[in-house]
Amino acid sequence: MQKNGPVALLFHALVVAFVLAPLVVICLVAFTPENTLTMPTTAFSLRWFRAVFEHPDFVTAFGNSLWLATIAASISVAIAVPAGLAIDRYRFPGRDALNGLFLSPLIIPHLVLGVAFLRLFALIGATGSFAWLVLSHVIIVTPYVLRLVLAALSGLDRSAEQAAMTLGASRFTVFRRVTAPMILPGISGGWLIAFINSFDELTMSIFVTSPATVTLPVRMYMYATESIDPMMAAVSALMIALTALAMLALDRVFGLDKILVGEK
Amino acid sequence: MNRSVATPLMLASPGAVLFAGLVIVPLVLTLILSFLAYDHGTGIKDSWTLAHYMHVLSDSYYLGIFWRTLRLAALTTLICALIGAPEAYILSRMRSPWRSVFLLVIIGPLLVSVVVRAFGWSMLLGSTGLVNAALAAVGLGPVRLLYTETAIVIALVHVMLPFMVIPVWTALQKLDPMVEAAAWTLGASRFSALRRVVMPQVSMGLLSGSLIVFGLSASAFAIPGLLGGRRLKMAATLVYDEYMHELNWPLGAAIAILVLVANLVIMLAYNRAVEARARRMLG
Repeated sequence: MQKNGPVALLFHALVVAFVLAPLVVICLVAFTPENTLTMPTTAFSLRWFRAVFEHPDFVTAFGNSLWLATIAASISVAIAVPAGLAIDRYRFPGRDALNGLFLSPLIIPHLVLGVAFLRLFALIGATGSFAWLVLSHVIIVTPYVLRLVLAALSGLDRSAEQAAMTLGASRFTVFRRVTAPMILPGISGGWLIAFINSFDELTMSIFVTSPATVTLPVRMYMYATESIDPMMAAVSALMIALTALAMLALDRVFGLDKILVGEK
Repeated sequence: MNRSVATPLMLASPGAVLFAGLVIVPLVLTLILSFLAYDHGTGIKDSWTLAHYMHVLSDSYYLGIFWRTLRLAALTTLICALIGAPEAYILSRMRSPWRSVFLLVIIGPLLVSVVVRAFGWSMLLGSTGLVNAALAAVGLGPVRLLYTETAIVIALVHVMLPFMVIPVWTALQKLDPMVEAAAWTLGASRFSALRRVVMPQVSMGLLSGSLIVFGLSASAFAIPGLLGGRRLKMAATLVYDEYMHELNWPLGAAIAILVLVANLVIMLAYNRAVEARARRMLG
């Protein structure tokens, strides 16, 4: 086994410090007792966390984001699982085009999707509608779910399905009792990745949210461009904590490195 | 036989309908919008015009913003490659527990909202931030970092680094470490083993990483919005301003279409490069 030399390890330490620095600073400043963005040195305080929960804007936006991400992730799973089955199991005309269509949101900048949705929603009178906001999020998170579902399906040993079929199970029963349980890690990993992506999305959402449907990242962006006080650090620290929890869950369910790096 | 066409179409149709209605239709509508005339008094008109594209591609204000966007995205890509590739290589040579721990440390921030990370950098780079405090400690005067291009690039590199590390790491996983060791045994120096054995394997990962990083940086919104301030605009913040402040939707749509086309051209060029390389390797 080749080892990393001291220079390599120093480089590595610097990169890790660079990656973690802004997150660590946020988590420290969130506990400041002062009115300005300062590092707490002698005393720690929870006052800015309290301020977040007394700020109705942030609470509402958090609720919106939570609902939005939950519903969007669930719908995208409901779309991606059958679509994945169709693409993995069948050869039919338009299969490649369909696959390309489902994955296309990955190569269209969110900015472009944002203005495109804004135009559509304005024309059909759906501006500020929560339902249409959900659908726009379904579009941007479905590719991630589909990729995981396809990966799970292609890595599947099909002899169990064939056995069930031979024993007289109907197609639907085979899916429900054999296929679905075997690709469940892919499905749940996909749901979580979709949830996180939807929850964090800013660039597209900022075009299509209204004051009533504003999401947490959009609210935070607006807040940060207007004023900067430690409350922003407290909200950010809460989001980091939430993300860390989600990462932990993801790691338990599927193995985070597998999802993010995509190795099989 | 008939059944095998009907079943997949039935399975895929809900998604297909949704994606056709919410990807293709809005993009076509935006393309149309970018050719519609606009009047500051009365709004969008029903007549066709190329004026928005002409205006955007000739006015030095817009050209300056496009040039900044390309320049900062290229710089971000270069720095990400210079940091990300060696880091991926170092990670791949780590031992078992540390390898996955640090892979998570490098890639995990990907899951933290960009707004949060941009805010973190605005605190670090502010006039009373940690970076200036550190500079003061070694006797260097306060440097104005926040609301400069430097700040934008630093934060972009931070956000994009995982997108460079992941493909290079994946490429390295396919490389048998014994091949590099074999090169050493055969008398190659460490440097020439890296250059002649590791680099060719990594180059495809590096290329696809660079592409993702460039594309995402060029259309980044939150970073220039929060770290560039009102003055230093990039393409995405420019489109946002045209839509939300100037209310000139057709002009904003024209810029968005240009961003999309530039993105697609780069992707196509990449596919060409991959195919050309595959053909070369097959002889």
